[in-house]
Amino acid sequence: MNFSPTKEQQMIRKMVREFAENEIKPIVEEMDEEAKYPYETVEKAAKLGLLGMPFPKEYGGCGTDYVAYAIAIEELSRVCGSHGVIVQTHCALCCWPILTYGTEEQKRKYLPDLLSGKKLGAFGLTEPNAGTDAAGQQTKAVDMGDHWLLNGTKIFISGGGIADVYIIMAMTDKSKGTKGISAFIVEKGMNGFKRGKKENKMGIRGSIAAELVFEDCKIPKENLLGDIGKGFKVAMTSLDVGRLGIGCQALGIAQGAFDDTVVYMKSRKQFGRTLDKFQALAFEMAEMKTRIDAARFLLYNAADRRDRGLPSSVEVAQAKLYASEAAMYVTTKAVQFHGGYGYIKDYPVERRMRDAKITEIYEGTSEVMKMVISGEIFK
Amino acid sequence: MNIIVCVKQVPDTNEVRIDPVKNTLIRDGVPSILNPDDANALEEALKIKDENPDTYVTVLTMGPPQAKEMLAECLAMGADEGILLSDRALGGSDTWATSNALAKGIKKIGNYDLIFAGRQAIDGDTAQVGPQLAEKLDIPQVTYVKECRISGKDIIVKRALENGYENIKIQMPCLLTAIKELNNPRYMSVLGIYRACRQEVSVWSAKDIAISEEEAGLEASPTNVFKSFTPAPKGKGITIEGDTPKEIISSLIGKLKEKHII
Repeated sequence: MNFSPTKEQQMIRKMVREFAENEIKPIVEEMDEEAKYPYETVEKAAKLGLLGMPFPKEYGGCGTDYVAYAIAIEELSRVCGSHGVIVQTHCALCCWPILTYGTEEQKRKYLPDLLSGKKLGAFGLTEPNAGTDAAGQQTKAVDMGDHWLLNGTKIFISGGGIADVYIIMAMTDKSKGTKGISAFIVEKGMNGFKRGKKENKMGIRGSIAAELVFEDCKIPKENLLGDIGKGFKVAMTSLDVGRLGIGCQALGIAQGAFDDTVVYMKSRKQFGRTLDKFQALAFEMAEMKTRIDAARFLLYNAADRRDRGLPSSVEVAQAKLYASEAAMYVTTKAVQFHGGYGYIKDYPVERRMRDAKITEIYEGTSEVMKMVISGEIFK
Repeated sequence: MNIIVCVKQVPDTNEVRIDPVKNTLIRDGVPSILNPDDANALEEALKIKDENPDTYVTVLTMGPPQAKEMLAECLAMGADEGILLSDRALGGSDTWATSNALAKGIKKIGNYDLIFAGRQAIDGDTAQVGPQLAEKLDIPQVTYVKECRISGKDIIVKRALENGYENIKIQMPCLLTAIKELNNPRYMSVLGIYRACRQEVSVWSAKDIAISEEEAGLEASPTNVFKSFTPAPKGKGITIEGDTPKEIISSLIGKLKEKHII
């Protein structure tokens, strides 16, 4: 059990931190205010290899371990939660399922562009009536002989309208329940596929969440991803990878809020002394630091298990559950310790609190995480 | 084309503090960084390599063993090879002794078309090593380079002056020193980091570069740091108050007139 980062992991942290501080920090306020997708910084991140880290070099990835990937998502999120989720969603929910379930042709067709960032990836599972109850898919894919015909709607899709390649889950045989769901690779611009409503969100406003509408959308036969009826498995296993990323996003958001609060408390004076001299506040900061570091080790453990080929669904559920709750706790306290200034947009801490909330919800709510963990305890 | 980039690992002077008793820099716990002007020098070499892929970029530094970390970062940015001159005998060097060692190191490397260095280091701020090195290697030099392009066997550079610039054509082999306006240094890349960590950096001792005792280290340094100190604060200054900008300006002008500044 080695708890020290490797040389590579240390350098990755340094590089991503510098990149985030110098390139992302200056644009974050405007991005958040206007809910603008940060095309330029995502492209810069792609050029450094950040959109293809834990993927084989053979397909254009960087071949890093998942712990290094976790560190990268954390450091991006420390400055901006939107950038963290943009990178992790692209990697975990689009690149990973194609790598894992794709035919050689599909891998060679899609991965080089995705891993280099030339194309962006997204994932469509959620529907108006199928959120946590993901098995209730109503989007239908009908076998028309020489193509599939897709009809239905997806909502809250991260990267909706922005991404070029989408992994879309659809019902191919309603009688088979979850085993009647299949996964498809759908490309932007395919006939009958369009972006619907763009959501106006509380936080992570640089990450666009939108409705996807399929109206008699013709999909080539060869775009079925994995075997027919295996779509639910594709979705669930991909979400396992996504949960690591979201946990790291939460960790980064918490760390960023914490770091800002330390600086604030060392300079803000009330009653003749700086806030760090008030024990009640300092003790709470000790509590916050402990929870952040606990989240960190839960996440790295899950990532390390993945690197070693060990099952990690339960561990990653624990990590995401803990990290997202820690992020809400830390960011709420961070706003509190900034006092009135914490409530004002001039300070970045309120944005972090708004960004943190979603980590308890998407890619599996905290309740779902508890289902996974308790399911393991009482199996 | 062979380029040698001379770099230095320096304390991040944003974070530096002076020991009030010893009057020296407190280096413990202060992060070390690649000297900013040297990063510009390296970036320019890498830009040349982007255009001409068979360019070979060697990064050379003199320093303690921890400077290997900085060389690893340079490799991760895209340099081909890193060399560290490290030896107790080289410790305590001023700029003169440093340029002696670097010149010997460069002679050992052998073949080069261009040497790039940063204008000056943020800890010493002397800007002497680059020019000294060029003289010792007997090659032409241009300092304060803010623009640079290769033209056959020559390099055309813009040299920054206080109130303008010079256009200079210089023959290779030569030495150039870079200023921050030259370019925006790139970040390490993910692939670069993994490649750099698999690569060994060469460490050369005083013996390896055949430098004599008279030319190396503290004894060979004609200059010595006598004292480092934080200058006494000048005083708080006067805050000019007033109800309107007009009033404040009026008050300011009055004070400047009193002091015969205007």
